[in-house]
Amino acid sequence: MSVDQATVRRIARLARIRISDNEVPKLEGELNHILGWIEMLGEVDTDNVEPMTSVVENKMRLRADKANDGGYPERVTGNAPASDDNFFMVPKVVE
Amino acid sequence: MSDLLNLTIAQARDALSTGQFKASELTEAYIGAVEAARSLNAYIVETPDKAREMAAASDERIARGEAGPLEGIPLGIKDLFATEGVHTQACSHILDQFKPAYESTVTANLWADGAVMLGKLNMDEFAMGSSNETSYYGPVKNPWRAKGSNADLVPGGSSGGSAAAVAAHICAGATATDTGGSIRQPAAFTGTVGIKPTYGRVSRWGTVAFASSLDQAGPIARDVRDAAILLKSIASVDPKDTTSVDMEVPDYETAIGKSVKGMKIGIPAEYRMDGMPDDIEALWQKGIDWLRDAGAEIVNISLPHTKYALPAYYIVAPAEASSNLARYDGVRYGLRVPGDDIVAMYENTRAEGFGAEVRRRIMIGTYVLSAGYYDAYYVKAQKVRTLIKRDFEMSFADGVDAILTPATPSAAFGVADQDMSADPVKMYLNDIFTVTVNMAGLPGIAVPAGLDAKGLPLGLQLIGKPFDEATLFQVGKVIEDQAGSFQPDKWWS
Repeated sequence: MSVDQATVRRIARLARIRISDNEVPKLEGELNHILGWIEMLGEVDTDNVEPMTSVVENKMRLRADKANDGGYPERVTGNAPASDDNFFMVPKVVE
Repeated sequence: MSDLLNLTIAQARDALSTGQFKASELTEAYIGAVEAARSLNAYIVETPDKAREMAAASDERIARGEAGPLEGIPLGIKDLFATEGVHTQACSHILDQFKPAYESTVTANLWADGAVMLGKLNMDEFAMGSSNETSYYGPVKNPWRAKGSNADLVPGGSSGGSAAAVAAHICAGATATDTGGSIRQPAAFTGTVGIKPTYGRVSRWGTVAFASSLDQAGPIARDVRDAAILLKSIASVDPKDTTSVDMEVPDYETAIGKSVKGMKIGIPAEYRMDGMPDDIEALWQKGIDWLRDAGAEIVNISLPHTKYALPAYYIVAPAEASSNLARYDGVRYGLRVPGDDIVAMYENTRAEGFGAEVRRRIMIGTYVLSAGYYDAYYVKAQKVRTLIKRDFEMSFADGVDAILTPATPSAAFGVADQDMSADPVKMYLNDIFTVTVNMAGLPGIAVPAGLDAKGLPLGLQLIGKPFDEATLFQVGKVIEDQAGSFQPDKWWS
């Protein structure tokens, strides 16, 4: 499988990364080079093989469904590029 | 004072406990060495005031007879670990000014044991790289140079700052992380010891996430014993990371010095790559001979899916990275680049904040997870991963105690190497011997084993059974005893 320039633009949009027109051909080449190399996996017979979900057997631990942390919004928003009154500030999204 | 810098962690620990010098003196010596070695670019942030405070507290605890296992030992911390109130950016522009309000479990464990923080260490951006050249703060220089050459070499990556700092004696030991080889490859390039523990042995909480099913923290140290001491401290079960295992952490140091007589060491045929340099081939044979002479039984094994580990990794790791790195959107922390609307703000922030390699991997990950491609790429890769793990399980079931391989396909290469920078896949191939271990969740250690014809360090890797790090320290020590230790000639200050 390979990507064309329209696909490169679509991926960038999905990934929320702005790309300029002159970056598109370069990215197309790089992504296709990597994807071409990955094609090697087609040689492997994976019929009747379960996909890995957990690399180490481990029982999921449970805890009581109770809040055990929090109550310090100023610390949570302390690193925000823009915040006001312990809220994150973003550009207007609703007219 | 430079004598103090030559002490291993074990030696410094013993000297501090018998009052031969103070923790403050040891820390002061390191602070001076860190400043003098700035040309290496190993530290991106120095925290001398914090170090002095912590060392003074260590001296008080030693005086009261309450010394911890790492009391007064000065360490460097990879920039991937959250350190409360101290620069933590994964060496990325997108985390500009980020100072976490919390401490990672790994570093909290070290401080609870009495260790002292010297500063934050350089690394590839978000741990994506094998040369430390993707760092927003510029490349790290390897303390090692080829004989008769002044050319700068890379220290490997992504834990390049950690490995360089340990090799240059500008910390007694360092934290590092390994997703595809990021502890073991730089350790091999710098003549240091690095261990990636079994997945789940160390808590990932507070460590900036790259690929969550592969990431594991571990130490880089000057020798096998120091690596064992550090791993004992950082390993723990953690309620904040459900993938950390609830299993007692053994005293790894007791494994050191034990005989390997009767142990079965597997030699995988598939690691004998075409075009492998003669030096590496010869070194591997030397390792085999050392272990055989020490009484181990050498057995040939087959790990048939080895060559598929790296391409499968380049599906799984970017897929998980694209998801983990979605959080960097200019809202909650770090860089924000304005745009006409909120989507433009996200896109501008992420375009400017991420470097080229990180953007490339996010795009690969986004593509392989996108509608219609998920089964063909991600599910396929996870099936291959099952097969890779099964290969190892079959060898261990046959009685193999540990597997011996080269750590890297070459010695350290030059900063701004033309071939590597022109071809990302070529750079990825650095991890060809290490990445299988991450895919199978196993522990792996890189131990320095010799120098190549140019006088550059080379390492051997030992791969162990799940949660059997103790055997890796035991066998690693035999290699270390036979190979000796390796020190770069000091040119940097």
